Amino acid sequence: MTMRLGQRFYLREIASGLGLTAGHFFRNLGRHIAHAFGRRGTPGAVTIQYPEEHRPYAPRLRSLHRLVRREDGSPRCVACMMCETVCPAHCIYIVADEHPNPEIEKVPVSFDIDLGKCVFCGYCVEACPEDAIRMDTGILEFSSYSRAGMIYTKEMLLALEPAGPLGKPTSPVPIPADRRV
Amino acid sequence: MIADLGIAFARVAFVMLFVLNTAAILGWVERKQSAIMQDRIGANRASIFGLRALGLFHPLADTLKMLTKEDFRPARADRLLFVLAPFVSVFFALLAFASIPFGDTLRIGDRVIPLQAVTLNVGILYVFAMLSLGVYGVMMAGWSSANNFALMGGQRAAALMISAEVAIGASIIGVIMVYGSLNLMEIVRGQGALLWGWLPKWGIVTQPLAFVLFLTAGIAATKRIPFDTPEGESEIIGYFIEYSGMKFGMFLMTDMVETAVIAGLCTSLFLGGWQVPYLGAGGVQFPWGTTLALSPLTVTVLQVGAFVVKVSIMIFLLMLIRWTLPRFRYDQAMRLGWLGLFPLSILNIVLTGMVLLVLRPS
Repeated sequence: MTMRLGQRFYLREIASGLGLTAGHFFRNLGRHIAHAFGRRGTPGAVTIQYPEEHRPYAPRLRSLHRLVRREDGSPRCVACMMCETVCPAHCIYIVADEHPNPEIEKVPVSFDIDLGKCVFCGYCVEACPEDAIRMDTGILEFSSYSRAGMIYTKEMLLALEPAGPLGKPTSPVPIPADRRV
Repeated sequence: MIADLGIAFARVAFVMLFVLNTAAILGWVERKQSAIMQDRIGANRASIFGLRALGLFHPLADTLKMLTKEDFRPARADRLLFVLAPFVSVFFALLAFASIPFGDTLRIGDRVIPLQAVTLNVGILYVFAMLSLGVYGVMMAGWSSANNFALMGGQRAAALMISAEVAIGASIIGVIMVYGSLNLMEIVRGQGALLWGWLPKWGIVTQPLAFVLFLTAGIAATKRIPFDTPEGESEIIGYFIEYSGMKFGMFLMTDMVETAVIAGLCTSLFLGGWQVPYLGAGGVQFPWGTTLALSPLTVTVLQVGAFVVKVSIMIFLLMLIRWTLPRFRYDQAMRLGWLGLFPLSILNIVLTGMVLLVLRPS
């Protein structure tokens, strides 16, 4: 393969490359300065300043689970064990009991999800016949110094609300008791 | 006597503070400039009492971090050379700036003070001597670390430095021929003349080829991308692989200081140093005959300001090159040095000699 003489000489290509990067530099610098003076044009950088700003989440994003409530606030879950059975990571632990209402079969006494094991496949949501578990809270920031801190209980999961527009969480991140400082 | 000492001290202090602060700020410039070039924001989180100041505190935070980190020395490393290497490296880089003039002579009473740290008749040779000695620190670091990668980095640095220094030395011969002096102050003074009554006789006008060659070889001498084969981050990490803490920080600082020195040299040799176009000792004298009288102090301040601005522009250009070009392979860098830069600088000398011979007043 032969190169053109201009490319062999190398300097011209360097100059064009420097022109490109310098163009970016001065364009972005101008935009930064315009922003500093309160103008709302194109921003000078594509950066999303993470802890303060969030990238918009897609509606189908699978985030922290929540248990859907009935109108009286009790869980819609009937402890059928579908999700626990389908879960490939075996991270759901349900203890079932009789429900006082004879119309409803069972109720979970405890419903723990070990997020340290969860792979966020969403099979539990697919498997649920009652639409009692969803993954639409928009909460992704749960971390812990201990394995026990990753276990989320029924009460914590019941308290969560679906995410707002652009996937913004509407309920605070539930913090397990042993993770509170 | 005391006043003389004070003046000498002030000159040295000005240059030292200028270089050291430039080197410190360069860390910030490098981050921010590369970020803006790449549509990013860059480091902006370090804050003092919630004041972020565009990330200007990051150099401070970096220094604190490096000073408080563990100062590790490998068990088989040569104790003396290993400790000495970063000091040698940064020491000669700092010294190199000493004979670069930052202004014309300043008259206070009956004293005439040349505005450079050390007045030397062979200033330009001194600068190159110091720049070349800097490679000893790198070689010492590579040799004493008892690490093969460090050794390879040190050898590459030595090879690169030799090929770069030869090209640097040969490319400035043309400048010396045109201005007829090895004294940097005289070279800068010579650039104050006008060609055809309007064009400043800067080195970039009289020696354009030498400027390109010097800039290329100068970047190679700083050991930064595109000539960072001694470091070779993706393959051998380089001569400072075993260094940690502030010793590593000193190698980092050496690169920054060398960038400032190359920018200062480029300014002095090719961009007219402290010269402002049409500004003489008495004031501004425009080519169309208008004059604007200025006091000597104003002229001096303007000249020092011009020097700082020119150095800043050169540093911007060096940073731009560093963040635009990919790295040369080791053999490519060698070939460029010996088969590209060196013959071209010899050609430049011959051409300059021929032109000077033709233009010689008979």
